[in-house]
Amino acid sequence: MPVGITLNVNGETHEIASDPETPLIYVLRNRLGLVGAKLGCGREQCGACAVLVDGEAVLSCVRAASEFEGNSIVTLEGLSDGDTLSDVQRIFVEESAAQCGYCTAGIIIAVTALLDCNPNPGKPEIQAALADHLCRCGCHGGVLKAVDRLIEGRATNG
Amino acid sequence: MANLSLTNNPDLDDWLTIGADGRVAVRSGKVDIGQRISTAVAMLAAEELDVAIERIDVIEVATGRSPNEGLTSGSNSMQESGNAVRLAAATARHHLLGLAARALNVDIATLDVDDGLIQSRATNRSTTYWELAGGEALGIPIDPDVQVKAPEAHRIVGRHAATRNMDDIVSGRPYFVHDMTMPGMVHGRVVRPPHYHARLRSLDEAVTGRLAADGVGVVRDGSFLAVTAEDEYAAVKAAERLDAGADWQFGDGLEPQDVFTRLTENERVSLPVVDGVPQRQPVPELGDAPAAAAVTMTARYEKPYYMHASIGPSAALALYEGGKLSVWTHSQGVYILRASLADALDMPIENLTLTHVPGSGCYGHNGADDAALDAALVARARPGTPVLLKWTREDEHAWEPYGSCMVLQLRASLDSDGIVTNWSHETYSDTYNTRPRPGPEKIGAARLLATRHLADPLSAPIAQPVMVRHSGIHRNLDPLYNFADRRLVKNLVRNMPLRTSALRALGAYGNVFAIESFMDELAEATGQDPVDFRLRHLDDRRAVDVLKAAGQRMSQWGKAADGCGHGIAFAQYKNIQAYAAVGIEVEVTDDANVRLRRAVIAADAGQVVDPGGLTSQLEGGLIQAASWALYEEVRFERDGISSRDWDSYPILRFDNVPAIETVLLDRPDAPFLGAGEATAGPSGAAIANAVRRATGLTLRRLPLTPDALRAAALA
Repeated sequence: MPVGITLNVNGETHEIASDPETPLIYVLRNRLGLVGAKLGCGREQCGACAVLVDGEAVLSCVRAASEFEGNSIVTLEGLSDGDTLSDVQRIFVEESAAQCGYCTAGIIIAVTALLDCNPNPGKPEIQAALADHLCRCGCHGGVLKAVDRLIEGRATNG
Repeated sequence: MANLSLTNNPDLDDWLTIGADGRVAVRSGKVDIGQRISTAVAMLAAEELDVAIERIDVIEVATGRSPNEGLTSGSNSMQESGNAVRLAAATARHHLLGLAARALNVDIATLDVDDGLIQSRATNRSTTYWELAGGEALGIPIDPDVQVKAPEAHRIVGRHAATRNMDDIVSGRPYFVHDMTMPGMVHGRVVRPPHYHARLRSLDEAVTGRLAADGVGVVRDGSFLAVTAEDEYAAVKAAERLDAGADWQFGDGLEPQDVFTRLTENERVSLPVVDGVPQRQPVPELGDAPAAAAVTMTARYEKPYYMHASIGPSAALALYEGGKLSVWTHSQGVYILRASLADALDMPIENLTLTHVPGSGCYGHNGADDAALDAALVARARPGTPVLLKWTREDEHAWEPYGSCMVLQLRASLDSDGIVTNWSHETYSDTYNTRPRPGPEKIGAARLLATRHLADPLSAPIAQPVMVRHSGIHRNLDPLYNFADRRLVKNLVRNMPLRTSALRALGAYGNVFAIESFMDELAEATGQDPVDFRLRHLDDRRAVDVLKAAGQRMSQWGKAADGCGHGIAFAQYKNIQAYAAVGIEVEVTDDANVRLRRAVIAADAGQVVDPGGLTSQLEGGLIQAASWALYEEVRFERDGISSRDWDSYPILRFDNVPAIETVLLDRPDAPFLGAGEATAGPSGAAIANAVRRATGLTLRRLPLTPDALRAAALA
């Protein structure tokens, strides 16, 4: 039976009637129309469904939406301010750090979470943050380069 | 060489429309699957028309609207669509300048174009493309001999361009077919049999009754089962409930077997290959090695079944209404699929419209076409209701057509000077060719998965050898090296256990892995440098250049440290497309893991249009091939495929990514050479060669897992 769930997503509060077991990603995509997070496996194995939960990258394909009441959820859509992309989104565009783009959502979320808590991570930290994110097109090098460029740019610009 | 895309779609209006609104619509028949073909064709059109690239709209590919360019496959898109769009744009420019000269009453030679504004140096009067064409058809054929810009005049081609659609991708706007929605749309899921040979005996009516009571639609046609629900997660749960209520007749299941033994022992069709083309002739005997040979070596290489393993499971949206069917699909060939869907559904082809919408990267024939039929079958059972049907992770892993396992049996004899005099290479493989191309007896439909499960089923066709040059199994079987005596044999092996089709590079991955591993072993056995040894057997200057470029970069790496090794490999894709040499440095750790430290790619893809896109394809190919070489193998048992998720079918992760340097040898005066599959073969071989040099162990079966390395060390 559907129950009432209150979710804070991208700064807005949503009251949703949902089956209490429905994983967060289905609520985000189908009820809120936020399709940034992608369903890749439904088993917390690929990382395509990552969203920010209180600033941390969390997979949304298994855990029920009802578990996230009281948390602040940010999806890919919530990273940009209107048409203004976040730094991480912008660097992915500038570096064309995607091919098909299906895994990109989760990777951008993971990089955002990493840089928010550690503005100057080394390669091992970056690789660790992305260890659970699969990419099949082989954009790994481009992604790592984009992250490096962003870190360098921030250092240069103070 | 004739460009079939142009031959089949000769009219300029097929390809290009100059709008009254200052925009240019470019219609390519090739779909963007992450390889950035839409960026490249936009660059070419903007270049030849002399308009800003921002004015170019690349129109989504759809039947009835786009030129029919067959499949987006085989690394052919630049050669086919790229050249066609370039000629279309150049023809349009020439035609519009002619119209402008008449309108302005000036000599055409006095006209300049700047972003669509046409000005005459003679009169200072001007007009624009948009005024002259104004969205009307131009009504002329493409001139295949039209003058295109000289490379030195290029201001877009060969330079950095923003990749199209990146903004949509990074900001999460609806972009993929998975993101589509329509009023009244329902979500569909299929319930597949446990394995290929299982069929539905019965459905528990209590289960179907409860599903119906919960508002779930059940579609059954023979052993084809699907559910629909307004809520997507309800559809996911309903599929699980329906599966639990299904009683399957298992039959004999999948016979557990050593596929590598079966490859050389099963019934097969054996054909000699000459100049890359299979011949309907007896296979010449291998015979004894020449008595004069200083060295003769044999080696047997093996690669397992691999998956496409798309990150997003296949999906399609279908709507059946008033006897007409619309399908939105990430297929690589909407015209081909339309014909085979029409056959599968017994519908007149003109009643079907297929539109390409991006999916997750496919790397060949994955589940896209099958999912389109699944969605169509469900939509036909729900007239008027749009059905968005998605496969699950398990559906994709267990049911996609895999890249075949292969055995490569090689023998070479060298003279006392260390030159190869005799070369024999036999390839054993199941087919790479089961795309749903339409044909007699519904052969295309029979290649769509669900038709095998219908109450009135079609049987999977028996594979026939493809006789086209460098196709499928024999792709890159014929080495580019100038060996005087070569015996090349293609063996299409029957009765193999798993469903197979085109996976990136097709047979070239196995063939090049074998050839280039063997070349390295021969070089080492005769005390020759691996680069020099290859150069001694190459006459093609462009091949020589990429090998030297890669070798030169590798020499800067210095001597490999303890536990590390350097490996190099080379191929020209299909012996006519992009040249690629790949160098790799690996470290083999104490726990027998192969770590990829760094890599160099040197590639010649002819004239470079989009250097970023090209680099991305070359590097992506290396990473995917590295993943195959180190981690991947489809496993199965009697009850079916056991590689059903990312734990049971691991792929390469961010923790084992080499630093890659890519050197593009631009040839501005040379034709485009397809590059999307060029690094796959060399990368696998370069890794195997590096591992051999790091460990002294010769492993000829992929993947090079820690278990395999340990077993080789103990042997």
